[in-house]
Amino acid sequence: MSVRSPLVRRLWRYYAVYALGFVGLIVSLAIAEQLGMTPRWIGQIFLFATIAIYALIGVMSRTSDVSEYYVAGRRVPALFNGMATAADWMSAASFIGLAGTLYYSGFAGLAFVTGWTGGYVLVALLLAPFLRKFGQFTIPDFLGARYEGHFARVVGVFAAVLASFVYVVAQIYGVGLITSRFIGIEFEIGVFVGLAGILVCSFLGGMRAVTWTQVAQYLILIIAYLVPVTILSYKVTGVPVPQAVYGQVLNDLGIKELELFSEPRENEVRALYRSRAEEYARKIVDLPESLTTERAGQVQRVTELRTVGAPAREIATAERTLRDLPRTPDEARMKWEKARQDSLARSVNPPPHAEAFSGADPAARDSARNNFLALSFVLMLGTAALPHILMRYYTTPCVRSARRSVFWSLFFIFLLYVTAPAYAVFAKWEVYSNLIGSNIGSLPPWVASWGKVGLVKVEDINGDGILQLAELTINSDVILLIIPEIAGLPYVVSGLVAAGGLAAALSTADGLLLTISHALSHDLYYKMVNPQASTQRRLVITKSQLLVVAVVAAWVASLRPDSILFMVGLAFSIAASAFFPALVLGIFWKRANKWGAVAGMLAGMGITLYYIVRTHPFFGGTMADAWMDIHPISCGVFGVPVGFLVIALVSLLTPPPPPEVQALVDFVRMPDQVGTLPVLEKRL
Amino acid sequence: MRDTYARQGTYWRESLRLTVILLLVWAAASFLPGWYAVELNAIKFQGWPLGFYMEAQGCLIIFLLIVWIYDRWMVRIERRHGFHEED
Repeated sequence: MSVRSPLVRRLWRYYAVYALGFVGLIVSLAIAEQLGMTPRWIGQIFLFATIAIYALIGVMSRTSDVSEYYVAGRRVPALFNGMATAADWMSAASFIGLAGTLYYSGFAGLAFVTGWTGGYVLVALLLAPFLRKFGQFTIPDFLGARYEGHFARVVGVFAAVLASFVYVVAQIYGVGLITSRFIGIEFEIGVFVGLAGILVCSFLGGMRAVTWTQVAQYLILIIAYLVPVTILSYKVTGVPVPQAVYGQVLNDLGIKELELFSEPRENEVRALYRSRAEEYARKIVDLPESLTTERAGQVQRVTELRTVGAPAREIATAERTLRDLPRTPDEARMKWEKARQDSLARSVNPPPHAEAFSGADPAARDSARNNFLALSFVLMLGTAALPHILMRYYTTPCVRSARRSVFWSLFFIFLLYVTAPAYAVFAKWEVYSNLIGSNIGSLPPWVASWGKVGLVKVEDINGDGILQLAELTINSDVILLIIPEIAGLPYVVSGLVAAGGLAAALSTADGLLLTISHALSHDLYYKMVNPQASTQRRLVITKSQLLVVAVVAAWVASLRPDSILFMVGLAFSIAASAFFPALVLGIFWKRANKWGAVAGMLAGMGITLYYIVRTHPFFGGTMADAWMDIHPISCGVFGVPVGFLVIALVSLLTPPPPPEVQALVDFVRMPDQVGTLPVLEKRL
Repeated sequence: MRDTYARQGTYWRESLRLTVILLLVWAAASFLPGWYAVELNAIKFQGWPLGFYMEAQGCLIIFLLIVWIYDRWMVRIERRHGFHEED
């Protein structure tokens, strides 16, 4: 390993200085907070200072060289590429969402932890070294060369753009949330501030700038993720290594859960929610009369309040309730059904945190297990097929460093994923043992401040003035953000977490935007429309595509699509079923030909999309039509085998690929020094 | 020339064998602890129910080891076939 090369030494020096500088910033802000600096200022300094750093790196790495712009000149050392990949990979969903998901779903959420790490084994063993040896610019490049021609390339471009676009919208959405909450600007403006942050990194310097900012972003996001939970762990257990000691806390949490679940007041509250759910069910059955009665009752209430001269605030509340009543029976059915389900969910105890596959009967437990395994399968194969991740392995100097780099990627990702379950356990322990059972009048201030934005809700349904577990709602996306406040840490830690979330979202968005703009400008324009385009022209096209895609993505994000998480899950299934079989067979099976690949990619993607439409309520489907009770998020579990099967069958029924293609396969299988890339360009 | 081809053939076969073995380990680590999670959860490991521990930490460590071993072993195979001198 060339640890001693001058480039690596210089990089180490730069990033060491940078990391120390960042720690210095944290420390000085902590001191400033003690001296009376307001939280608003701290949040703003954190966010603007980090964006300024990214912009600086972006400007310093500006380039107009094609190889620099597309693949960072192929000289990113393994370790640094590992960090960049880790930042590319860990999105707003991993950073902010995962701890909350694990908090609520306990064991079931661990499918994300294994799924999002296990995929890297497939990247290392089946893809990264071979793609690096192939040594072009994009994933559709490989499909186009291996499967001779535009057809496979176009299918690849379509799948890459589809999977990456929904993903990038989710990142920009995340940026909007963080900036709007921590610097108090409008969500829509936050989205465009985030957009500026993304563009300063990627626009001028392409892959080269994105690589070096991603390394910087990784350092910030990992520091931000580890600091709060380490302090919390030290407070609870006396040991500052949360990953190693949360087993004991989980054990204690299990005992606490049993205590809470059998508490009489807790049962009283659950019974109240059950009867509320029944009331909603009755009202839904009685539609449309029930809506008329409800409106009449509310109108009468407002009139009564007016006549007795009740306080203005009470009248206003009653008027708002009246205004918020559903307008049509259809709307009422939807609203009340949602409310009914919500009440119903509160009427039963949540499953114990560590319990695997809870369910009322053996069939439900089997279904939970199958879905768990299906989800981790899809996430693993999806990870190994997302173009923005695979593209990163084009940037290492050689095949061997590509392999080494996957190890480093997984190592840096591991640090976050191994900590996420600890986060959930510590947060739950704090909430269960300190918050539940306390007086509603004297809850800590964060309950009120997050309550204002509607992300934490408390409802004293039995009116006893004490908080029961079923009466508390914490939005799963804010679990991570409120941990510093739960633990009573100074605000500087909250600001740090926000900066980390921003780094996670920006770094992923950068990688995705590059993938999309490269697919459009390199694969679609240069390779298919105008192969004679000059270097100058190619870069102009790429940059303008980048700008257009970024603005469109920000515009979609500012509409606040509420099915965003579902769409991200969809991206994994699309990528897995479209790319994984074609890429793997392209390397490991010489007989696979273009007809097989195109048919297999279309069939795999087709089955996946069909299954979603069939089962997901968003498209009017229903779980009653599910196969083997598999949830729509795991639809790739059907698409991937179909993809493999169709590629194999169709390839065997059509003539084998020509010798040049077989020579290409031999070429990618060998280590660096062997062979020269067969000239296929004229065929493409 | 013929010699190079033979060398490439054995190189590919050896790396393929390693890949298959490691893939089997990967598949076992990915899906067996999940399939038997309820049974494993009956066993305690430092406070963790073992099924929970495997999914939250154990499998991840195995994944990391697989990738590390693959990297090391491939370097050895390359060297054995005279493919690897500098970086």
